[in-house]
Amino acid sequence: MTQPTPMIEVTNLDKFYGAFQALKNIDLTVQQGEKVVICGPSGSGKSTLIRCFNGLEWHNSGRLVIDGIEVYDGAKEIRELRQEVGMVFQQFNLFPHLTVLENLMIGPMKVRKISKTQAEETARNYLDRVHIPEQAEKYPAQLSGGQQQRVAIARSLCMETRIMLFDEPTSALDPEMINEVLDVMVELAETGMTMVVVTHEMGFARKVADTMVFMEAGQIVEISPPEQFFTNPSSERCRLFLNQILEH
Amino acid sequence: MTDLGITRGKGQPLPKPPFYKRFFDSTLVSIAIYAVVIGLIAYGSYAGAQGMGYNWQWYRVPQFLYRNTEIGFEWGEIPIGLVATIKLSVTSFLLATAIGLLVALLRLSGLVVGSAVAVAFLELIRNIPLLVLLYLFYYVLGPIFSFDRYTASILTLAIFHSALISEILRAGINAIPTGQWEAAKSIGMTPYQTYKYIILPQSVRFMLPPMTGEVVHLIKSSAIVSVIAVAELTTFGRNIISDTYMSFEIWFTIALVYLVVTLILSIGVSHLEKKYAVDQ
Repeated sequence: MTQPTPMIEVTNLDKFYGAFQALKNIDLTVQQGEKVVICGPSGSGKSTLIRCFNGLEWHNSGRLVIDGIEVYDGAKEIRELRQEVGMVFQQFNLFPHLTVLENLMIGPMKVRKISKTQAEETARNYLDRVHIPEQAEKYPAQLSGGQQQRVAIARSLCMETRIMLFDEPTSALDPEMINEVLDVMVELAETGMTMVVVTHEMGFARKVADTMVFMEAGQIVEISPPEQFFTNPSSERCRLFLNQILEH
Repeated sequence: MTDLGITRGKGQPLPKPPFYKRFFDSTLVSIAIYAVVIGLIAYGSYAGAQGMGYNWQWYRVPQFLYRNTEIGFEWGEIPIGLVATIKLSVTSFLLATAIGLLVALLRLSGLVVGSAVAVAFLELIRNIPLLVLLYLFYYVLGPIFSFDRYTASILTLAIFHSALISEILRAGINAIPTGQWEAAKSIGMTPYQTYKYIILPQSVRFMLPPMTGEVVHLIKSSAIVSVIAVAELTTFGRNIISDTYMSFEIWFTIALVYLVVTLILSIGVSHLEKKYAVDQ
């Protein structure tokens, strides 16, 4: 057995918005290939935490090391890091003035300086992987929400990312489109990608998660493997939360 | 089907609108009203001019548009002045856009010093009348930095309009949702790349209508440089009048030339707008 390599190491991390403390004393380690699902009530700091992982937010104290690179405000390596850490947003955030193919090609071409032909090959390859090769020439507005989110996943993958962050990827979708996005995410998990997913889709969590994280009021309340998390969570608050979202 | 007392089949025709409405909505009547109003204004001007004994000499105007001399065809003062006005406006507009973009970016930079400088510049320029600004450049800064009247005019127009243009650019950039910034950041783009490939291409459609207004405004306000005798359309108009005393004919003609240029511009841009209209 090889020693597991930590991809994300969070130690003692604090984050403030003015006087409001959004993250309190966070400790978390994500190994290479590990799938972590973070859940918790809204305002608990889940999104803030994963937005710290690619420098969309900066922590105020503590230590954050991603793939061996220390992340802090003003770090020179942050842009190289962002190329390795893909982010999928709740609102897709596709570039509306570019076609689907161009959305996938612009990062590799302009940031990684890859040739156009090679970028297009990669883009078409990933469009196949998210099952919408036929939409390449369309504009984002012509696609359904589920298709847009799959394009957004492909856009991140085109950068040959080593870690994928998902910030409530299905929360803005109509119910009938949630599964097509989750299916793509399950397939991605099977390739061994390191994934951190903020979601309330507990079916998905059960299927792919190696580790479940429950957050509340800026703190990690519970970290446990899914078998234990869903059947016998150690904290009362987590039990309550699970009851609420699993009732239906 | 349930019968609700409504006539089945084609349904009842809508009641006719009242007669006065139909009368005023018809194309013919609209054109007639328009013609009458314009006619009254034209007649009023004409009658007023007659009343003060003005001697209309429209037949002397065409020689200022073009001439056929022994040497051949040559343009008159008015088209030459128009070309000078367009040159002056285009140069000033390009410079104004460059300064405006700089000021807008300074203001959006998030740097305290940057936005303080930008706001100070905006307030200063917006609160000085254009004419005073022109005098400042021509009579004060011109001799100090030794530049000529043409440069003074371009700098005045560029700086005056850069204040307004920077606000247009800033509004256009701010209209792009923050998600676009985040998406560009998350694939590792630099701020420069984000502006160039993501933000500005999307901002264009927000900026085009107010920018057109600004260009029209600039072309019109370029007439002010005639007070320091820079060769352009209005200056040529003044020169012709001092030679011929045909102030009515020449000012009408000059006004018409400005109108035609700005109208062509507006129509051209509305075509561009359709091209840039992307639905979100």
